[in-house]
Amino acid sequence: MFNIDRRLIRNFDWITFSIIIVISLIGIMTIFSATRQPGDAPQASFYIKQIVWLLISICALIAIISFDYIWLGRIALVLYIAGIVLLVIVLISGRTGMGAQRWISIGFFSFQPSEFFKLIFIIMLANYFSLQRETLDTFALLRVFFMIVCIPFLLLFKQPDLGTAVVVLLIFISVSLARGLQKKLFVSLIIIGMVSLPFIGNILWTGLKDYQKNRLIAFIDPQADPMGIGYHINQSKIAIGSGELTGKGFLKGTQGPFRFLPEKHTDFIFAVYAEERGFVGSIFLLFLYFVLVLRGLDTARKAKDEFGRLLALGITFMFSIYFFVNVGMTLGIMPVVGIPLPFMSYGGTALLSNFISAGVLINIRTRRFSLFY
Amino acid sequence: MQTDRPDTEKITLSAYLIILGFVILVLRLWQLQILQGSEMRKVSETNRLRVIGVPAPRGIIFDRNNIPLVRNTPYFCASVIPQEFNRADITDLARLLDVPETDLYDRVTRKAASPFTPVRIKEGLTFSEVSYIEARRSDFPGLLIEVETSREYRYGDIGAHLIGYLGKLNPRQSKDPSFKDVPPEAFIGQWGAEKLYDKSLRGTAGQRIIEVDAVGREIRLLYETVPVKGSDITLSMDIAVQKEAEDAFAGRAGAFVAIKPDTGEILGLVSSPSFDPNKFAKGISYDDWQTLMEDKKLPMLNRAIQSQYPPGSTFKIITAIAALEAGAIDTGTKFECKGGLNYGKWRFGCWQKKGHNVLSIHRALVESCDVFFYETGRRAGFDKVAEVARLFGLGTETGIPLGNEKKGLIPDSHWKLETKKTPWFLGETFINSIGQGYVLTTPIQLAVMMSAVANNGHIYQPTLLRDAPPALVRTLDISPDTFEIVKDALKGVVNEPGGTGHAAHSAMAAVGGKTGTAQVVGIRKDSKYLAERFRDHAWFVAFAPVEKPEIALSVFVEHGGHGGSAAAPIAKKAVEAYLLSADKKKELVNVQH
Repeated sequence: MFNIDRRLIRNFDWITFSIIIVISLIGIMTIFSATRQPGDAPQASFYIKQIVWLLISICALIAIISFDYIWLGRIALVLYIAGIVLLVIVLISGRTGMGAQRWISIGFFSFQPSEFFKLIFIIMLANYFSLQRETLDTFALLRVFFMIVCIPFLLLFKQPDLGTAVVVLLIFISVSLARGLQKKLFVSLIIIGMVSLPFIGNILWTGLKDYQKNRLIAFIDPQADPMGIGYHINQSKIAIGSGELTGKGFLKGTQGPFRFLPEKHTDFIFAVYAEERGFVGSIFLLFLYFVLVLRGLDTARKAKDEFGRLLALGITFMFSIYFFVNVGMTLGIMPVVGIPLPFMSYGGTALLSNFISAGVLINIRTRRFSLFY
Repeated sequence: MQTDRPDTEKITLSAYLIILGFVILVLRLWQLQILQGSEMRKVSETNRLRVIGVPAPRGIIFDRNNIPLVRNTPYFCASVIPQEFNRADITDLARLLDVPETDLYDRVTRKAASPFTPVRIKEGLTFSEVSYIEARRSDFPGLLIEVETSREYRYGDIGAHLIGYLGKLNPRQSKDPSFKDVPPEAFIGQWGAEKLYDKSLRGTAGQRIIEVDAVGREIRLLYETVPVKGSDITLSMDIAVQKEAEDAFAGRAGAFVAIKPDTGEILGLVSSPSFDPNKFAKGISYDDWQTLMEDKKLPMLNRAIQSQYPPGSTFKIITAIAALEAGAIDTGTKFECKGGLNYGKWRFGCWQKKGHNVLSIHRALVESCDVFFYETGRRAGFDKVAEVARLFGLGTETGIPLGNEKKGLIPDSHWKLETKKTPWFLGETFINSIGQGYVLTTPIQLAVMMSAVANNGHIYQPTLLRDAPPALVRTLDISPDTFEIVKDALKGVVNEPGGTGHAAHSAMAAVGGKTGTAQVVGIRKDSKYLAERFRDHAWFVAFAPVEKPEIALSVFVEHGGHGGSAAAPIAKKAVEAYLLSADKKKELVNVQH
């Protein structure tokens, strides 16, 4: 299991690894800037904690690479059941943070099971699809939906962790599409979807909490009440726009430290970064994510088996969804859904789970040649 | 293992979708950071910087005895922070503050610089209102009480026309670049000395530039300039003179001006009825303003410089000087008064119908004989009298630095030909020589004239500040003998038997003066039974002490009747107040507050 030979090192995906390290370091600097108190020293706890979490994450990544990812498929069901149990525990006894129950405390440290569940979900989905040889028909798809997707979606929705619930659903849709559906099924799904959208929308809408409804209203019309629900979006746009071409400079941003930006070191970290680094810096950061995502797709293309292919696709799609929804939100072209920017946002569990996910990607690429096995 | 070929087609499609997504993000970044960048930069800066004006305490105005005339006192205002205020509370709040609901709604919803900046909703709360609001503040989130400074005029309407009042910028001033440093809610001098010396009284407002966070909390002081208190000014006005004169009017309409003869300083200036400048200090209410504007006695008119009337017999001083200087008469010249003078088919009467018998210049002034001055005017010629009148400053503005001063009118033959297209008649010489007819003067002009007589021919521009250098306009080329003759006669008016100005007689100093009565209607009747509006205007001009004059003044009482009975007592009170010791003056004007 721990057969680390030289060819494994030679095939190691240094590009993905370097990119996530660079993004994480940019993230720590931005957290440093965002959490500083005007006129005071920065709040040590945030960026120091993130550095500690980064070191832990790198160790976890190395651990994930050290064994063949095929093992993940073999223990998929066990992971999945464990993940569901954790989600149930969160619902029952979770700590409330930001109006939602997402945290479990184990001794001195608390973490968000939903962060890890996304990866477990992708592993489960990839494993299940890879065992099905035929193109998916209606029956097969419904079976997958009810067996694998339905329960965690409802649990996440109930937490409520709308962001993760939507991401899980989107991963399911995108991976299913990539896996390939019957043409007939594909067409009918679109028709059914369009017909039932108002009903589902209505059900979802009544199920939403007030702050979630407000975010959707604010997305549709941010100017409706600039000091109220549209406030976050407006302030984020002001922060980003005021960066202009080259930015205000490191530690010169004002929107975050002066509390105009909410969640400045988590969900709105991109706005803080764009304010200080400007258009040039923003393009650089987008480029890093661009390479990361395309590299992930390439890994999927080169994977030695169907499980690896779907696993790499699922992880890449997950990163993409997070990235586009988060950056789109700060730019005011996506609704405010509370999901972090991978590798950048403050949050230990998310960083760890993203590094593990990236580790799986590197693992797939490193072991793309089956003859070594 | 690879039974299924990886579906590269779908992966390539995903790559295109992702590239499309990145292109959208880049375009959006371009739009926000490059196209709207500078605009967003401005917004982000005003977001966190707040400029708060710190008003400078206004300079204090003192009278010439260093008695403060004004005081800066704190007062309370109610304000709301729009962001925190619940608009549903407007009805209740309007009732609590006793302000119209629509007015309150307008103020609260008006677009402000920031929803965190307090909006003023009521000014000048009483103490009971403040305590009532404080007790109920928890019912109205965002309601707060702010402390402002207001100007308190310690003597109320005493000297209001001289001291002036404060008001907010009027629309014309708001556009004027010289007021650009004045914050829109600030009060500035709008009348009198407050307006005239506003720039130095105002001081320099301080500024606090602070960084605020999203809820408007102060985070850090970035820059601060300390307000510089306005300079104090010391008026030439003597509050004791002012108060005694003003009280002596007892509500009658009229004016009073007192001048220090050797400098031109204004010692007192009354325009009665006056107004209470305290009503303006916190922003005058609409009702109060309407009352002032509609008052038939015109309290906002500064009669001392803005109303012009025939000077009546006070003008005989000018006629006498002109005739003496022209050599038309001398001290020995005598005329007989038979109670009137016939000229053609007209008769020009003397006020004393039984006549004054034979008299010379001295007794003619003392008894104010009209016939004597008809003849004197005829001998000197009215053009000569008019020339001397103009030398004494009549017919032109005195230049007192208060606005809208009237010129009065000194007619002559040239003037008449030009405006009336008819030649000057001798009859006009008669009536103008005793200050009736076309002659018009303002109270301040007669005070300047009296002052020039008292100081032997020096015309000063009246000034309002005690320590200002005297502004000598001209020195008259009139012989000291002439002044001696006239001054001696004026002393007689007050002190000799038969003098018309006995009511101004004072035990404290020798007063010299001259009465005057300006006819309102041509028909002479016993004024006692005449409706007030047909009664004559009363004049009295005076100076004291005669030997070494320290005060010269003019008193005018609208429809007061005879100068000797209506105006002279006011002059006496003013003179005596002026001559009091400093301690006595303080005692006299001591106001309990």
